[in-house]
Amino acid sequence: MLLHVDRITRRFGGYAALNDASCEVAEGLVHALIGPNGAGKTTLFNVISGVLRPTSGRLRFQGVDYTGSRPDKVLTMGIARNFQHVRLVRGLSVLENVMIGAHARIGRGLLGNAAEFLGFAVAEKAAREKAREMLDFVGMAGKAEMQPDNLTLVDQRRLEIARALVSDPRLLLLDEPAAGMNAAELNELSALIRRTQVNGLTVLLVEHHMRLVMSVSDQITVLSAGTIIAGGPPQVIQRDPTVIAAYLGNGDELALHS
Amino acid sequence: MWSSYWDSVAVFLGINVLMGISLYVPMTAGLISLGQGAFMAIGAYVCALLTKANVPFLPALLAGGAVAAVAGLVAGAPALRIRGIYVMILTLGFGEIVRVFFLNFEPTGGASGMGGIRPLTELWQVVLACLIAYAVAWRMRHLRLGRAMIAIHEDDLVAEAMGINLTRTKLVSFSLGALVAGVAGGFYAHQALFIDANQFDFSRSAITFLYVVLGGVANPFGSLVGAAIVTLLPELLRVVQDWRMTVFGTILVLIAIWRPDGLLPAPRLRRS
Repeated sequence: MLLHVDRITRRFGGYAALNDASCEVAEGLVHALIGPNGAGKTTLFNVISGVLRPTSGRLRFQGVDYTGSRPDKVLTMGIARNFQHVRLVRGLSVLENVMIGAHARIGRGLLGNAAEFLGFAVAEKAAREKAREMLDFVGMAGKAEMQPDNLTLVDQRRLEIARALVSDPRLLLLDEPAAGMNAAELNELSALIRRTQVNGLTVLLVEHHMRLVMSVSDQITVLSAGTIIAGGPPQVIQRDPTVIAAYLGNGDELALHS
Repeated sequence: MWSSYWDSVAVFLGINVLMGISLYVPMTAGLISLGQGAFMAIGAYVCALLTKANVPFLPALLAGGAVAAVAGLVAGAPALRIRGIYVMILTLGFGEIVRVFFLNFEPTGGASGMGGIRPLTELWQVVLACLIAYAVAWRMRHLRLGRAMIAIHEDDLVAEAMGINLTRTKLVSFSLGALVAGVAGGFYAHQALFIDANQFDFSRSAITFLYVVLGGVANPFGSLVGAAIVTLLPELLRVVQDWRMTVFGTILVLIAIWRPDGLLPAPRLRRS
């Protein structure tokens, strides 16, 4: 198992957004995390990526307990993410935004910075190359010099994926990457997720778009009211009565079979 | 007609430009300091003490900058836990601590100040220092550290999630700024020839803040324009005599109304 989420509870005041949630993510798979609104999916993402500390419970990645590590440390370990509400750096170009993700890969320390300043920016150049490659990979070649503000929302989401991929993660966390996409863009996205698999990347996907989830994922974990209520391959989840009840009971008439 | 009067004005302008850069650097990372005068004081006193002990000017200048940079680390460490306006208050407090320290510290003259400093500052040295500082500030935008600072400024959650160590980057930017202010202080001491604690009080820090805000926070050359206006305008306005500061203040207010983001725009804004 690549990632162990072990009995994670996260409280906000008296409210438990996550309550004793456990799940495992196997290496090399696309693992979807679904559940009704407010189920705690984004909270779980924030806990896994170190943005939020769990109130209790442990996190292990490649066997190493990293509970309580800061986000920058989590990224260096090999867990990269996007954001549900796109967060780009407006003062930087598209390419430079991608390069932010390569920060930890570029030479560190005073000497590294001094060498860089004097033009011996070998690592910097490599990062630039890699960033261009990633833009190409997500289908944004030719938009490198644009301002992120001038991109469509769909491109902004792609840019966030490129920014996450440039750090060479073992696990990619995607929080609702399909939001606002039309049918053609959805197909491109699912092809993109499939392409990331070639290098053995593991994807943990939060998504409301059931057609995408069912077509792209190998495993599904269902979260409801902060608790994990089901887990398994798509075919099993689609027929699971507790899952159907969780969605219908919430008044959310999402067609799981669509 | 380049008189020694204008020579002296140019040196002080250069020193002010350095002060502007010293604030611009941490501001790139979103850290607004109202205590740059303190780092200038530290640089001034350290550098002046060393030249009095017959240390050559350049090493003394660098030593002043280095001590100020260390002080920047000390002052910056608590500032990491807080943001925005609270950083301003904290740095303001730090500025007062340093001023009162030098006011009471007898080995550097205490309240009666420190005189007998040799006139070692020359215009070309100040210009060269400005050029170096600008080269660094400009290049930094295109380097790992500069990108990290901009990312922290705009969205520290994203910066951290993308692998940027917030603590280290903020401290480095704060300390780099303090270093520049320290060097500016060294130049100042050997131009003014007499220094006392009150020359580095809150108004020094506030006016440094004014250079950057007036010139444009998003552009490293903003502090140059801001410092030039704030330094030269009162000199040029001597013709209106007693109304000098009133006219000066009015001009500042008008600029703030017409160009709320500062006089210079952000560089490299692409439209497509």
